[in-house]
Amino acid sequence: MEQQLDMLVDKVVAELQKKLTEMARQTGHPKEQKHDEAAAHETAGEEQPVVAEEPVRMAQVPHPKWQEGLVELLDSTPARIGVWRTGVRPLTKTMLQLRRDHAAAVDAVYGEVSQPLLDEFSLFTVETQYDNTENYLKRPDMGRILNDEGVRLLQERCQKRPQVQIVVSDGLSASAVDANLRDVLPSLMDSLKSYGLTCGTSFFVKGGRVASMDHIGELLQPEVLVLLIGERPGLVTAHSMSAYMCYRPRKGMVESERTVISNIHRQGTSPIEAGAHIGTILSKMLEQKASGVKLVL
Amino acid sequence: MNLKTTVLGQTYQFRDLKEVFAKANEEKSGDQLAGIAAADSRERVAAKQVLADLTLADIRNHPLVPAEEDEVSRVIEAGINEKIYQEVKNWSVAELREYILSHRAGDSELKRISRGLSSEMIAASAKLMSNLDLVTAAAKIRNISHCNIAIGQAGVLAARVQPNHPADNVQGIKAAIYEGLSYGSGDAVIGINPVIDTADSVKDILLMTKEVMNKWDIPTQNCVLAHVTTQMRAIRQGAPADLIFQSLAGSEEGNRAFGIDVALLDEADELIRKEGTATGPNYWYFETGQGSELSAEAHFGVDQLTMESRCYGLARKYKPFIVNTVVGFIGPEYLYDSRQVIRAGLEDHYMGKMHGLPMGCDVCYTNHMKVDQNDMDNLGVLLSAAGVNFVIGVAMADDVMLNYQSTSFHDIAAFREVLGLRPAPAFEKWLEKMGIMENGKLTAIAGDPTIFM
Repeated sequence: MEQQLDMLVDKVVAELQKKLTEMARQTGHPKEQKHDEAAAHETAGEEQPVVAEEPVRMAQVPHPKWQEGLVELLDSTPARIGVWRTGVRPLTKTMLQLRRDHAAAVDAVYGEVSQPLLDEFSLFTVETQYDNTENYLKRPDMGRILNDEGVRLLQERCQKRPQVQIVVSDGLSASAVDANLRDVLPSLMDSLKSYGLTCGTSFFVKGGRVASMDHIGELLQPEVLVLLIGERPGLVTAHSMSAYMCYRPRKGMVESERTVISNIHRQGTSPIEAGAHIGTILSKMLEQKASGVKLVL
Repeated sequence: MNLKTTVLGQTYQFRDLKEVFAKANEEKSGDQLAGIAAADSRERVAAKQVLADLTLADIRNHPLVPAEEDEVSRVIEAGINEKIYQEVKNWSVAELREYILSHRAGDSELKRISRGLSSEMIAASAKLMSNLDLVTAAAKIRNISHCNIAIGQAGVLAARVQPNHPADNVQGIKAAIYEGLSYGSGDAVIGINPVIDTADSVKDILLMTKEVMNKWDIPTQNCVLAHVTTQMRAIRQGAPADLIFQSLAGSEEGNRAFGIDVALLDEADELIRKEGTATGPNYWYFETGQGSELSAEAHFGVDQLTMESRCYGLARKYKPFIVNTVVGFIGPEYLYDSRQVIRAGLEDHYMGKMHGLPMGCDVCYTNHMKVDQNDMDNLGVLLSAAGVNFVIGVAMADDVMLNYQSTSFHDIAAFREVLGLRPAPAFEKWLEKMGIMENGKLTAIAGDPTIFM
């Protein structure tokens, strides 16, 4: 644990240094620069799992017909425009930025959720039948069923028939859990408390797919279940999380019986807001005894 | 019909045509997920050996998806020219492959024979081809289509500008269009995937793209890739659409999962002919991709390559302007790594061309596949060499709405430069008028999106 913490601190420091050098080299848009600086301070101030840097966007067209127009275009879309070229190929920096963002996305898929983070929320781990990441990707069916050990652990350690069951899973992005859990979970707990709802034993599922909630539902028979799971990573953000919610989950549920909030990340639905929102939806599910398309929100 | 063979001292007896078809495929995670793939290389080659000796009549007489149960099968059957089929029905699949690759068979010969072939026969020939066979065969076929302008001529590589925005912001979409045009992309179509699937939103985007086209006198066509029913509503409300779009599956059940059937496509076809804004005669934009039938559990136990070929059988009924396989979008459970994606891209392009379709490819991948941008470079060059009608242009290949990577505006310029290819003739003239291109090369102002402001 201590060793992991040390590694984490090292990573943060390295990241900070990288950012400072990058800033020193840049002579761009002042707004972008300030933004970067703020991010660097934030990273230094908190011992958080490191998340990828915000992309630095600067127009690279050397002699645009209309300079202000170019800024206007860039401000209107997150797409990588105004990047310029050498011959018919992109500039080195643009190309490396793309590769860096792709690396973050790949790491999100192949990465592992930080154990100290799971410990912090007393989440114990169960696994699906996924076996390894390659198999997880090729066989979505195996990520929907817990392995025998997982079934045993749930039966031993979890409260049966809880009102609300919270489950966390890495899904396709371990870093989505790293980046959002610390905000989303406390705000969800507060929200549940304010509605007077009680919660069973929360846990973490490694190698989970959305439909793993059906199997868990069979085993624990909660009134409602929420699964906080990492989404397929994109390049703009590799840290997006979804919350899938279901009234009385069981085998054979169809997609339309689930309610979902997607795009939970800093630039999307903020994780704190999402936590509160999930609490509201769960209370409505309990009131209406329904979820998915049948639920009136 | 002989389903038995011996390979390296081991005898293989296959159950039926379906099993031979599935096991003769190159390795794909989707066929493995469906539980129908060959167990190993030896079994794979055994299946290819059996398939090579089957006749085209064997394939037609043992339908993989019975016409009584499936309307896509009925469309494919109805499209076969009986006279041409009679000429070739006793050919083995090996003979078909060799004919297609022979010097006897040029563009017009292949177009003619295509009319006597079913989608399953074309799929069978693809299973016996190496990657270079697929490139060589496809390179012979030029399927030219015309909407507002013509694309698909020899020596032409067109591109769709795909200026998607995560919130459908019209200004943001416009910004990416300017970027694409300034690199010489956009001759195939200016096509937007909307986030919000409503008629109003589709109409707004169609109006904006038309306005840009009119203002700068751009010889191209516009399209918003919403569900076909949403586009139909927008068009009925007066939205200016040159093309109408829909994703296709290779079975009736698969299409039902997409919310369409042949009757609906017929209705949309009639509407775009009556109320579309383009010159024509080709008004459709279709997208396909291996694996969608399995994903919808609508594959009849048939392999994903064959189901993909059946999409093209359905597409050709509507004489589309453009068709593309979104080859790496569906995910690693269907195409696991770059080897599988490259193979599938070449197969789809070949099969589409053999169906007479103006075939393009979205050379692409998602971040959970074992693929990166280098692999897209490879497939892009291979397809450009194979004469692909068009590819997709996204700013730096990163689609910020669909969250996957495709090919970039830079890539399209590079494919053209390296292989001596040009934009569509009408579009190239316009690029010259705008000062973006000269003698087939980008000029010093190319890459500056503000020339359109």
